[in-house]
Amino acid sequence: MNPLVPMFAATVVAATPLIYAALGETIVEKAGVLNLGIEGMMLIGAVSGFAATLATGSDTLGFIAAAGAGIAMSLAFGFLTLNLQTNQVATGLALTLFGLGLSAFVGYNLAGTPLPPLHSIYIPGLTSIPIIGDLFFHYDPMVYLSLVLYAAVQWFISRSHAGLTLRAIGESPAVAHAIGKSVLTTRYLAVMFGGACAGVAGAYLSLVQTPMWVEGMSAGKGWIALALVVFGTWKPGRVVLGAYLFGGVTQFQLFAQGFGLPIPTEFLSMLPYAATVVVLVIICRDPKTILLNQPASLGISFHAAA
Amino acid sequence: MQLHEKISAVCFFVNSSNSNQKVSVMKSTNKWKYLSMSLAAGFIAASSATAFAEPFKVAFVYLGPVKDGGWTQMHDTARQKLEKALGDKIKTTYVENVPETADSERVFRQLAADGNKLIFATSFGYMEPLQKVGKQFPKVMFEHVNGFKTGPNIVVYEPRFEEGFYLIGTIAGQMTKTNTLGFIGSFPIPSVMRNIDSMTLGALAVNPKVTTKPIWVNTWYDPGKERQAAETLVAQGADNVAQNTDSPASIQVAQEKGTYAFSIDADMSSFGPKGQLTGTTEDWSGYYIAETKKAMDGTWTGNRHTRWGLKEGMVVMAPLNPVIPPAAVKVFEDTKAKLISGDLKPFVGPISDNTGVQKVAAGTALTDTDPAFNGVNWYVKGIDGSVPK
Repeated sequence: MNPLVPMFAATVVAATPLIYAALGETIVEKAGVLNLGIEGMMLIGAVSGFAATLATGSDTLGFIAAAGAGIAMSLAFGFLTLNLQTNQVATGLALTLFGLGLSAFVGYNLAGTPLPPLHSIYIPGLTSIPIIGDLFFHYDPMVYLSLVLYAAVQWFISRSHAGLTLRAIGESPAVAHAIGKSVLTTRYLAVMFGGACAGVAGAYLSLVQTPMWVEGMSAGKGWIALALVVFGTWKPGRVVLGAYLFGGVTQFQLFAQGFGLPIPTEFLSMLPYAATVVVLVIICRDPKTILLNQPASLGISFHAAA
Repeated sequence: MQLHEKISAVCFFVNSSNSNQKVSVMKSTNKWKYLSMSLAAGFIAASSATAFAEPFKVAFVYLGPVKDGGWTQMHDTARQKLEKALGDKIKTTYVENVPETADSERVFRQLAADGNKLIFATSFGYMEPLQKVGKQFPKVMFEHVNGFKTGPNIVVYEPRFEEGFYLIGTIAGQMTKTNTLGFIGSFPIPSVMRNIDSMTLGALAVNPKVTTKPIWVNTWYDPGKERQAAETLVAQGADNVAQNTDSPASIQVAQEKGTYAFSIDADMSSFGPKGQLTGTTEDWSGYYIAETKKAMDGTWTGNRHTRWGLKEGMVVMAPLNPVIPPAAVKVFEDTKAKLISGDLKPFVGPISDNTGVQKVAAGTALTDTDPAFNGVNWYVKGIDGSVPK
């Protein structure tokens, strides 16, 4: 088999959890809310999804449970930042730390239990095409669902009426409030969507990527997802592209080592992050790109005056 | 702790609580003073009653959670065996998730102040904090895993990991069809370099055509990255992959891809009953029981560096997979017997590195008594690539 085929496949699997988490956060930030708790919600999603699948034997129920657990976490965040108007940055960080501890506590007895992996799909006719089949038609259903989610988010933001309301609230909650839109309800729904996506992203780790539960298994992916949203300048298409790029560079450095390229491994480990920084610099060369796309009220609490 | 020390400690408690209340709640000072005095009296009475039958206190400090399925779990299993072996005569405690920072210093000091006489520090990074705390508590005995700094009350213990990896090589060299082995490395430090080297030497002894491909992931633990590394190695033709990282991710990859992998620290075969051929695990209980007995009867001495291997039972091979043919099992058992008897050392010369420089002369062996053993930073011939600098 061409060695580039497994490299491509591994890239897709590495990028999928980032896509879920980052698309969720894109919606949250479009509503003007900055939730830094993705890592914590992912871990809670990972442990809940794992526990549910272990108990029921159903991967579908596992992902549903993970989404539910992510929503529960995000509701705590929503109550604090939207109702009590706490600082969003501090609350998000607290959510991450809370999720880290709580998931370890809940999953104490699950550690060390194996789970069969999610089977990849088989499309008669397509999967068996050489190379093309291996490249595109050989993944688990969640990979394809992530692309469906992308299309849905893209459509929602740019084409739907509700998406327009969401963007308006993210730009100027006071104006949206004045014309009768409920800032609180919309932001709550956005935060919940972000929580569900982060939960699913976490479950992808514990059910598909490495089907097991271990403490802190997200290993910083929540933060990468957060960076991807800025990287993609809050545009879903670029966010997805960024996720694949990041997954690809991560995978490339492992392949380069296996091929015995004489590059220091520390440099290679740095590569994905260095690439992120370089792209961010390129984007920021035109200050309008960020200014025009960043929701104007991002991270600012809104209190309806009347 | 002696009785008079206890009384003074209690007096300190009374005084300090007294002075605190002067600042905060003046009115209730008398009431609180009375309460703390009576508590103190009760404490003294209770402790003097048990002063003669007090168990010997042993403490363990762990880097990870006790259920990590690997390194820390093996230490905790040994702690439980120690409790079972010595029963009421000892009392063990453990503190888990202790980072290798100044935090650990606080934990060691607390455990020593709590009257623990023997403390096992089960991670390399506790070395410097232990040196500090060791000086402050000269009567407490400290045991440090894998380090290299001892002291009058600090000793170091370490398994001969290289023996386990040599045996992994024995199996991998016989089971590989592609003549390519993989190794997922954490960090290229001497103790890990020795493992990839001895695995390759063990494989070459049974199959001269073998080459080893290393991938360094620069982490001890990241299941996702370990999985990607394992998949990469498999895609590049390595059908037997060993690891020096902690998660069972590469065992899962082997199970799915129909290749083979080797566990580390614990038996991880539940994650891939077909994928795992064997593995190198540790059983610390023999050492812990021996050291605790020494500490109790007063024969414990400082400034020692103990290395135990297969012979002493500190290095234990995980069960062999039934898929390994009997002939290969026999080679494995013979090699193991020679390692135990001492007829075979993993680093027996002539050994040259993969650039052709001779590292161990013919007729000699590099063993742990040799200072060069702690400075292995070269790949033996048979490993692809160059050592990350």
